[in-house]
Amino acid sequence: MLVHSRTGRWTAWSLFAVLFVPLFALPLLVILAASFSTHWSGAFPSGPTTAHYTAAVRGESLQALTTSLVTAVTASVVALTVGTWAALAAAALGRKGKRVLDALFMLPVAVPSVVVGLAVLVAFSQPPVLLNGTRWIVIIAHTVLVTAFAHQSVSAALRRLDPMYEQAAASLGARPSYVLLRVKLPLLLPSLTAAAGLCFALSMGELSATVMLYPPDWTPLPVLVFTATDRGSLFTGSALAVVLMTATLLVLLAVSRIRTKASYR
Amino acid sequence: MTSGIRFDGVTVTYGGNTVLDSLDLTVEPGEVMALLGPSGSGKTTALRAVAGFVRPASGRVFIGDRDVTALPPYERGIGMVVQQYALFPHLRVEDNVAFGLKARKVPKGEIPGRVADALEMTGMAAYARRHPRELSGGQQQRVAIARALAIRPNVLLLDEPLSALDAQLRSGMLAELARLHRELPDVSILYVTHDQVEALTLADRIAVMDRARLQDCGTPQDLYRRPRTEFTASFVGNANLLPVTVGEKGAAFEGVTLDVPVSGAAPGSTATLCVRPHLVGLGPGPNALSGRIGEVQWRGSTHRLYVEVGGHRVKADVRELRETPALGTEVTVHFAPEDAVLLAQGVGDG
Repeated sequence: MLVHSRTGRWTAWSLFAVLFVPLFALPLLVILAASFSTHWSGAFPSGPTTAHYTAAVRGESLQALTTSLVTAVTASVVALTVGTWAALAAAALGRKGKRVLDALFMLPVAVPSVVVGLAVLVAFSQPPVLLNGTRWIVIIAHTVLVTAFAHQSVSAALRRLDPMYEQAAASLGARPSYVLLRVKLPLLLPSLTAAAGLCFALSMGELSATVMLYPPDWTPLPVLVFTATDRGSLFTGSALAVVLMTATLLVLLAVSRIRTKASYR
Repeated sequence: MTSGIRFDGVTVTYGGNTVLDSLDLTVEPGEVMALLGPSGSGKTTALRAVAGFVRPASGRVFIGDRDVTALPPYERGIGMVVQQYALFPHLRVEDNVAFGLKARKVPKGEIPGRVADALEMTGMAAYARRHPRELSGGQQQRVAIARALAIRPNVLLLDEPLSALDAQLRSGMLAELARLHRELPDVSILYVTHDQVEALTLADRIAVMDRARLQDCGTPQDLYRRPRTEFTASFVGNANLLPVTVGEKGAAFEGVTLDVPVSGAAPGSTATLCVRPHLVGLGPGPNALSGRIGEVQWRGSTHRLYVEVGGHRVKADVRELRETPALGTEVTVHFAPEDAVLLAQGVGDG
């Protein structure tokens, strides 16, 4: 521990409690409480019910959850593949080429996601590539948005990867493709799964670009949360939000289990 | 394919800096050649040029009769062991050793036998199922050697292989390496080190490097007894280097005429006289020099005396003295004429 004196430690903990609890934990607890209520007029919610959840796991809501999951998984897989590929390519390029490639991949992070959404909408609303009104436009937008993070975390991991492994493999007679498959990717696996988790979580919560793009038959869960609260159904929206949160957390937990296994080796 | 390595005028530059300057050196088949030098001397660069990780700006590198200068590392058929072991952390010991065999598409049936042989040879057979992180540094280095030997290379490159080990382990591994070389007499070994003990113990010949250049090359005995340059004399064995003026018979140092072999040196010229500290004795004798003790170091079985003669310090390693002499004591030291070597001035640049 960095803080040694007893008073110092006590102060640190209280500061943590004062800052963390109201800012991070409490709002989430409020949503959880609201999702089980029918009224909230006093200090505490009232009229406990599970009706919102019964509604949240069937019909339109269930459809939205599946939509979100499929979108997030597809976007993450594509982003991870493209991001890793680009990071590997950038590492092989010279310093200048690498900088250009890195900058290109960072663009979607620097540009507000609303702008990315609009750009995708305008770009794919006309032939030759007409995707407006299909699920693909949502998936493409999500992929564009999360690839930057995949690329960034993989290239950071690649920088930390000691070139001696690659050289040892080459001296043993391994061609570059063999080195990639048998040495580099296995050693990058912990970072790859971390990047996958990050991409998935970002995509699951994406709203601002999605609302500009989603077709009626491909409504991700955050859009449903937004529309529910927008029309005043706060408690329904809360239940949907809790479902969204739980689904994301469960997937992240599963991913982190793979990661612990990979890094333990 | 024959073994042996030949550097033919190999120059390597990094962004305008010459890190290896036209190296000409031949490692005979089955020979252990040590590349000895301080850090930045170009010795590792020379090894990496053989491995294929640096491309020479000019010159050619041959492995056996084959010009490998333009070949990628994976086509060179070399075994390499580096200081940090570079074992693949995600693979078990046996899979690390099998890696090169699988990469070279050795028939599947042969692999287990060759892995077992390599592990047997380095005494690591009992650890085949372990992961590298479960092994000590010395064990990891044995696995790295087994991995390099499994592909049966004609040329083995060892880059400071013992530098990460502690002193005791190092001398044990040194003996192991010598034994391995006896078991594999056809393999040429290029051994990069900054440690003269390793080079003297293991090498058939030593190439002394400094400032990107080859300074000297010869058998360990040759370099130790008859160094050709000041750099070799001081880097290998930390010799006394005394500036002398060559006379008709002998050479003058601080007004004392010393009886030393001067054949070939022109009378009246200045030169450097090289005398090993352990060949300098305390007390009167031939080639006696008088001075005051400037410093004393106790080294267990020996005392290292620094005797100030004129403006120079003469190092003498003498058997442990009963009583440590006090600083400033007047003493006489001497050395036998045949233990001195005259270096022509200006050959070395140290």
